Amino acid sequence: MKRRHIEESIFKALMIGSSGLVVGSLGLILLTVIAKGAPALNLAMFTQTPKGGYYLGKEGGILNAIVGSLYLAGGGTALALLLSLPMALYLGSYVRRRSRWASIVRLALDVLWGIPSIVYGAFGFTIMAALGIRASLLGGILVLALLELPIMTRAMDEIIRMMPSELEQAALALGATRLETTLHIVTRQTLPGLTTAILLAFGRGIGDAASVLFTAGYTDRIPTSLFQPAASLPLAVFFQLGTPFPEVQQRGYAAALVLTVLILFVSFGSRWLSARLGRYAIR
Amino acid sequence: MEPENTPLATWLTRFQIHLLRLSRQNKDRWAGKMFLGMTTLPLVLVIVMFVALLIRAWPILQAKPLWALLTGQTWRPLRGEFGLYPFIMGTLWVTAVAMALAVPPCLLSAIYLAEYARPLTRTIVKPLLDLLAGIPSVVYGVWGVVAIVPWVKDFLAPTFDKYLGFIPFFAVDNPTGFGILAGGIVLAVMVAPFVIAITYEVVRSVPDGLREASLAVGATRWQTIKYAVLPQTLPGIIAGIVLGSSRALGETMAVLMVVGNVARVPSSIFDPAYPLTALIANNYGEMLSIPLYDSALLLAALMLLGMEMVFNGISTLILHRFTGREIA
Repeated sequence: MKRRHIEESIFKALMIGSSGLVVGSLGLILLTVIAKGAPALNLAMFTQTPKGGYYLGKEGGILNAIVGSLYLAGGGTALALLLSLPMALYLGSYVRRRSRWASIVRLALDVLWGIPSIVYGAFGFTIMAALGIRASLLGGILVLALLELPIMTRAMDEIIRMMPSELEQAALALGATRLETTLHIVTRQTLPGLTTAILLAFGRGIGDAASVLFTAGYTDRIPTSLFQPAASLPLAVFFQLGTPFPEVQQRGYAAALVLTVLILFVSFGSRWLSARLGRYAIR
Repeated sequence: MEPENTPLATWLTRFQIHLLRLSRQNKDRWAGKMFLGMTTLPLVLVIVMFVALLIRAWPILQAKPLWALLTGQTWRPLRGEFGLYPFIMGTLWVTAVAMALAVPPCLLSAIYLAEYARPLTRTIVKPLLDLLAGIPSVVYGVWGVVAIVPWVKDFLAPTFDKYLGFIPFFAVDNPTGFGILAGGIVLAVMVAPFVIAITYEVVRSVPDGLREASLAVGATRWQTIKYAVLPQTLPGIIAGIVLGSSRALGETMAVLMVVGNVARVPSSIFDPAYPLTALIANNYGEMLSIPLYDSALLLAALMLLGMEMVFNGISTLILHRFTGREIA
């Protein structure tokens, strides 16, 4: 065997090893979370809010965090959707392919995407303090909407740009206006991709802790108004792990498992949903 | 129920009539203008964020010279000492260790996926990487606390201490396991999906003609990659690494949970560190009655924002050349 063939096989082995390492880390993370979290799971976790002395190891569950997280991420995603869908439609089908404005907007979105969530949190808290809003469900929803906005818009934008332009041209040739083409043809054709984008942003929102740390606060009760603080699962994990009591830490692991399962559910759900909705697209 | 009774309903009805009166062309025109108006939002948001943080950080910039803040070694808010140097170093150390650990395997796996892997392998690995990118930072933190910190404490630290302990860079003065190495390992796994995705796109963007030409003159596949593909893609790969580092810089919760949070300038990968993000997360929102405290913390946030904008701007401009489209 020549030297170059030996080099080839060495590097190929290294590459396969590296890929295995990366995929293996995923397996390791999931295994760790399941192994630690599963023993601490019980029905009360899902059906009860923390009772008195919960953080010392007494009765209760994390229903407040589960519901709070769903409220926060749901509200944030809905708000982000209102803003990002028109933007993505505009970027994807209104402007010309090589539009300077579109590249500026995309650059701004990419910068926004990269901004650390703790900076979003600090910024949100600053604005809320200036407006006199205290840590509340509303504040958390607003900050999560900002955090999810670039993710959702860029994901939708990529999907819309991949759509073949013949369909749009056909609609325009039949006399439809841009708006009609966009609303009736583009959205329907790209529905699977748009759904994936929404769920991607939802997943990012529900898992983010640093942005809601100051803006949504934390509470043992389920919020009944937008102006009450709201608990969230990531913070439930973080705070419970930070206590010195093993029983409470156990529940932190269980909360982490619940969060991970939720994320896996959203991830697989979006694949399934986009495959299902794909039936309505013209290929 | 008569909806006409409420003023809102009346107004909505009028608005609907108004909309109906608009011709299709006018609707299109107005919608276009509205959409265009909405697309100013991202740019406005970036500027507003920057300006808002700058305004809030201004008091401390007025009170102390920037250089003294950046190089100050002591952080004692109660005495009015706000030296950010240990935190900046903490951020840089953790990021550097994470990238040093992440880059080689990430590049190798990305090249493997782009050049060698069968389509089936790709369709399996791609969703797994997406999943890895979607795992919340707190869950990474849990993994770090449960698996990585004990591993560092019980295996890596004693091993390094035994064989390489005489090098200051590997000296073990911290027996807890919480420290830069643990943070770096967790972060390395977190940024892996990003670096792999970008490198993969960049490598795939090289036209097949180049590979075919190289293979046709008798090069092996690895030689083709080494001499034909990689030189073409080097700037793109660097841009991907820069983007990955900017992710690592800004990561908060996972790092906060494993890095030890001791405000001292580290000198070994086993030392604890206190990155800027952890500083903000641990202290902001409380004790804001201490003068200049929140201003100093928002200066830290402003620095993170500034670093991220520079890193992201540069890498996006480089990547734009490769793929003709921006990768987030």
